[in-house]
Amino acid sequence: MELSLNLRKSFGGPFNLDLDCTASGSQVGIFGASGSGKSTLVRLIAGLERPEEGEIWLDGECLFSSKRGINVPPQRRCISLVFQDACLFPHLSVEANLRYGYKRSRAGRRSVDFATLVSVLQLGELLGRGVNRLSGGERQRVALGRAILANPRLLLMDEPLSALDDGLKLPIIHYLKRAGERFGIPYLFISHSLLEIRLMTDRVISMAGGRVLAQTSPEELARERMGGSQVGYINVLQLEKLRKMGGLYVYRWGLEELFVSAGDEEPMAVFELSSRDIILFTRHPEAVSARNLLKCTVVDTFPSGNKVGVELRCGHETLIAEVVVQAADDLAIQARNEVYAVIKAASFRRLS
Amino acid sequence: MPLLSSADCDAIILSLKVALTATLISLPLGFLYAYLMTFFRFRAKVLLEVLVNLPLTLPPVVMGYLLLVSLGRNGWLAPLLDLFGVRLIFNWKAAVLASAIVGFPLLVRSIRIAMEGIDGRLVQASRTLGAGPVDTLLSVILPLSVSGVVSGASLMFARSLGEFGATIIVAGNMPGSTQTIPLAIYDYASSPGGERAALSLCAVAVGISVFVLSGHEALVKRLARRT
Repeated sequence: MELSLNLRKSFGGPFNLDLDCTASGSQVGIFGASGSGKSTLVRLIAGLERPEEGEIWLDGECLFSSKRGINVPPQRRCISLVFQDACLFPHLSVEANLRYGYKRSRAGRRSVDFATLVSVLQLGELLGRGVNRLSGGERQRVALGRAILANPRLLLMDEPLSALDDGLKLPIIHYLKRAGERFGIPYLFISHSLLEIRLMTDRVISMAGGRVLAQTSPEELARERMGGSQVGYINVLQLEKLRKMGGLYVYRWGLEELFVSAGDEEPMAVFELSSRDIILFTRHPEAVSARNLLKCTVVDTFPSGNKVGVELRCGHETLIAEVVVQAADDLAIQARNEVYAVIKAASFRRLS
Repeated sequence: MPLLSSADCDAIILSLKVALTATLISLPLGFLYAYLMTFFRFRAKVLLEVLVNLPLTLPPVVMGYLLLVSLGRNGWLAPLLDLFGVRLIFNWKAAVLASAIVGFPLLVRSIRIAMEGIDGRLVQASRTLGAGPVDTLLSVILPLSVSGVVSGASLMFARSLGEFGATIIVAGNMPGSTQTIPLAIYDYASSPGGERAALSLCAVAVGISVFVLSGHEALVKRLARRT
């Protein structure tokens, strides 16, 4: 997918949108705080709103051009939209919702068929139900299915996870990613959550105040924003449950074992760990109350605001910790040093 | 002596026929008008709004008189009507027209309330899923505003049954051809010894109204259960 945008739109107030960028790739993110113009951008790309001037090109086709007087209507852009809160048609059943876009797609473009989609998104048992009898996660899965069955050439996801409970986000991320990959449909994932962007995309355009700030990889963006962020850098750890010991759960993480308070009986689990919750020691601390002591090698350090990010290698796994500049100087932390990372068992937060 | 004379029966049938025709003709127009007013912005909107709602505030007699002078033999719309060979005064069609104009704002009001309650993003969703504007209108907006259409139609039907002022002026009060229930009651009430006949017709009018309103309630309840 290659999407070129060169747009201007004002709204009568101080806010205006002025963009010039090209997004290419199949999993592109748009990151920005609320009010940065992300949702307006989505509506402009989908054709639901009209820019004052500029051009929109998708894969070599002009969708909008103020100079040439082109404005392809939304129904002919082949761009499906997944909204923040599903927006299923309340007067139709789940199945009729799913088939809405499919019936209207050009027969020649239909590469996703109904049965495959239902099995990939595990919608089978929902088909006969009314849409008002679905849970939040189920609704979003149906909305995603409906958008994909329209056989679009681009899927726009406008904060599709914001309305969901934390515990539901990860399974839905799994479905979103899997469906995009399985059916070969590129997507533009819009979110104000850096973590969601990192889990969903491999390129990201960051926006603020109606302008594009940068186009980078989600990883770079996360490192760059670590210093100024309230929560630091979020490490995402996929762990395998080994056993329960006392009040703690023991998980395998690469070659290491980790003690976690917030575990449960599931065999696999995903946890987040803030860079702020990792304390570094240059020598082995003899006695600490924290339950996890990992011997790591410093791979790299990077500045981020008034902090220094430290990329650690621990077996085959990577962990990002942060220290203030003075601490980095005092401890002389630099690449190839060996350090000990200390993490409390309570610092791990369950994602799934 | 039977409770209802044959002229009374004619009046009842005519009333139902006029109300039904006025409602059926107004329905598609009212629906389109409500759609335009809800989903589009254009310059003449306020003017149009005022014109359509005028019959709600004007005395029906004024509406009737204005219709009479514009549609009558020397009225400014007469050449147009002659062109199509139709006559819209002093016949049952005139009664339909009077009812339609007076009831139209009620119909539109109900449909608009229903349409304004539709989440705009449902309309956007249908557009991005490949539906054109007409397709969206029929597959999303119509089914989601159907309860408003039903309410508006019943309100308008009931209002048409009771239409008096505009009808008596533009259609006249001719037994058998333009005399509806209210006009017949008016005749009975102003002639000596007509109380019994007037009361019987009143009872019929109450009966029809109760039937329409309870039918409306039942239908709306059923629609509400479906969604």
